[in-house]
Amino acid sequence: MNAITWATFEPLLPEMLLVCTGLVLIGLDLFAEKTREVLPWLTVLGCVTVLGMVLGERNVSAFGGMFLTDSYGVFFKVISLLSVIMATLMGEHYRRVHGLRHGEYYALMVFAATGMLIMASAGDLMVLYLGLELMALSVYCLVGMNKREAVSAEAAIKYFLMGVFASAIMLFGMSLVYGLTGSTSIAEIARFTARTGLAENPALLAALGLMIAAFCFKVAVAPFHFWTPDVYEGAPTMVTAFMSVGPKAAGFAVFGRVLVSGFPELQPHWGSLLAILALLTMAVGNITALVQTSIKRMLAYSAIAHAGYSLLGVLAGTADGLSATMSYLLIYGFMNMGAFAILVLLSSRGAHHESLDDYRGLAKNHPLAAVLMLIFMFSLTGIPPTAGFIGKFYLLRAALGAGYTGTVIGAVIFSAISAYFYLRVVRNMYMSEPEGELDFSYSPGISAVLGLALLGVVGLGLLPGTIIGRAASALLGQ
Amino acid sequence: MLMLLFFCYCAVVIIGTGLLAVTLRNPVHSVLMVLILFFHMAMLYLSLGAEFLAAVQVIVYAGAILVLYLFVLFLVSLKEELRMPRFVSSAWLGRLIAGGLAACLLYILPVFSTGARGNWPAERVREITPTRALATEMYSASVLPFEIAGLILLVAVIGGLLLARREKDSSNTNG
Repeated sequence: MNAITWATFEPLLPEMLLVCTGLVLIGLDLFAEKTREVLPWLTVLGCVTVLGMVLGERNVSAFGGMFLTDSYGVFFKVISLLSVIMATLMGEHYRRVHGLRHGEYYALMVFAATGMLIMASAGDLMVLYLGLELMALSVYCLVGMNKREAVSAEAAIKYFLMGVFASAIMLFGMSLVYGLTGSTSIAEIARFTARTGLAENPALLAALGLMIAAFCFKVAVAPFHFWTPDVYEGAPTMVTAFMSVGPKAAGFAVFGRVLVSGFPELQPHWGSLLAILALLTMAVGNITALVQTSIKRMLAYSAIAHAGYSLLGVLAGTADGLSATMSYLLIYGFMNMGAFAILVLLSSRGAHHESLDDYRGLAKNHPLAAVLMLIFMFSLTGIPPTAGFIGKFYLLRAALGAGYTGTVIGAVIFSAISAYFYLRVVRNMYMSEPEGELDFSYSPGISAVLGLALLGVVGLGLLPGTIIGRAASALLGQ
Repeated sequence: MLMLLFFCYCAVVIIGTGLLAVTLRNPVHSVLMVLILFFHMAMLYLSLGAEFLAAVQVIVYAGAILVLYLFVLFLVSLKEELRMPRFVSSAWLGRLIAGGLAACLLYILPVFSTGARGNWPAERVREITPTRALATEMYSASVLPFEIAGLILLVAVIGGLLLARREKDSSNTNG
C-alpha cells in the first residue's frame, strides 16, 4: 500500500488553492459584512492565481492515474477559469445595479470551478463523476439564487430533477462498464477492451450509450436539451452566461476524454451516433431560435446550436478534431460571455430589458454597447474576421477530414440560417428608431468583461495560429 | 441455489418497491416503500459479505435520511398536490422510450461478461474483514474521490443555506 504524503497531493495544488479561496470567501461573507465589496475582486484574484498555476503545470499522472495534469486538461481548465472570472466580474456589476447580497454567489462559483478543474483532469470514472457532481450541485444552487423570482426557482428545480436523472443514467452506464472491464480507470478500460476484444460485445455499446446520453444532457445536445431554454431563461443572467460556457466546456472535456481515450475502438459506432445528434442539435437550436422574441431565450437556443457545432470535432475522434472543438469552446466562451455581458449591462433594477424590442435604436443613444453587441453577434454567426469564423472553419474541416460530409453540409446550412436571428438583433440596434430610454452605466466589472471578451473575439480572429497550435500540441503532448 | 433464490427475492422486492415509491400518491406511503427498499438493499450487501456496508445502509439511509424525509413532509405539509406541466406532452412516448431502454438492457444481459479481477478477491476480504478492506481502499487508493465527496457535502450545506435562508427585506438595503 502506498503511503499518502503531502507530495501525493502536489499536482492538486491549484484545486486546493481554489477550495481555500472559496472557504475564505464564505468566511468573509459570514464574519465581515463590510468586506462584501471586495469579494468579487478576491474571487478574481484567486482565479487568476490558479490560472497561472494551471498554466505552469507539468504533465503528471497522480493518484495512480486518477488525476492527469496533461495539456488537454490544462486547456479546458483555462476555459473554465476564464468563464468563472468573467461571470464573477458580471456579478460585481449585478451587485451594484440589483443589490446582489449573496456572498455565497462567489463561493459557489469557485466551488463549481473546482469541480470543472477536476473534471478536466479526471482519468478515472469515479473522479470524473464526483467532479461533475461538485460542479452541478453548485450550479443548481446558483440557478435558484433569486428566490424572489418564481422563474428562477422553477428553473432550479427543473435543472436539478433533470440533472440528477442524467447523473443516475451516467452512473448506470459507468457501473456496466466497470462490470465489463473490472476497472474505472479510463486508460485501463481502453487497454482491457483492446486486449480482450470486448469492443464486439453489445453490452459495452449499451453501457457507452447510457454514458453518452448523460454527457449529451450535460452539454445540452438534442434530444436531451429540453431543460436548456427554461433553465437558461430563468437563471440570473450572469449564471446563464457562466452555465453556457464553463460547465459546457467541462462537459465536453469529459466527453472527449472518455470517448477518445476510453473507447477509441468504438469510434465507428459513437462517431456516426454523434453525427446524427449533432445534426439534430443544430437543427433544433437554430430553427427554434428563429421565433424567439427574448434575446436571453434566443441565446439559450443558440447555446444548444453551438453544442451541436462543438460535437463536430468530437465525433471525428482525431487529434485534429478535438483540438478544433477545444479552440471553438474557448472562442465561444469569449463571444457568448460578451453577448451576455451586454444583456447584464442593459438590465436595470426591476426591468430586465431582454426582449428584442428593447434593442431598437440602441446605436443612437449608446453607440459603444451597440458596436460591441454587433461584434459578438457577427462572431456568433461566424462572419470573418471574428474568431467565430475561425472556430467554425476548423470544426468543419475536421469533420470533413473524418468523412462526415453530410453533417458538414448540414452544419453550413444551419449556420446560414442562424445569421437571420443573430443579425436581426443588429438590424434592430442600427436600423430602427429608439422606443424608450435605456439608462445604464458601465461599472469596472462589466467593462473588464466586455474588454476581455472583445480582446478574445478580435484577437483570436486575427491571430488564430497561436491558439489552434496550443490546442493541437495539447493533444500531441498527451 | 439458496443464495440465488435470496437474491431473486431481494431484486424483485427492490424493483417492486422502487416502482411503488414513484407511483403512489401519498408521500408517506412512498417513503415507507423506500424504507423497505433500503432494508432489502442492506440484505443484498449482507449476502455479498459486506457487513459494514449493510450496517451503514441501515443506519444512514433507513435511520437518518428517511427520517429526514419524513420531517420534511411533516414540516411542509402540502395539502394539495403540486402539478407541473409535462416536459413531453404524451406520457405514452415516455413509456415507449422507457420500455425500449428496458428491452435493450435485457437484450445485453446474456452477453454480459465480467471483467478483470480487482485487487480484492473474496478470500482476502474475508481474511482481513470487509470493514478493514473498505477502509484501506478508501484512505489509500481512493483518497482523492473521498476528499472530493467531502467537498460535495460542503457545497450541499452552503447551497442549502443559500436556498433556505429567509431573505431580509431588500427594499431598504440598496447594494
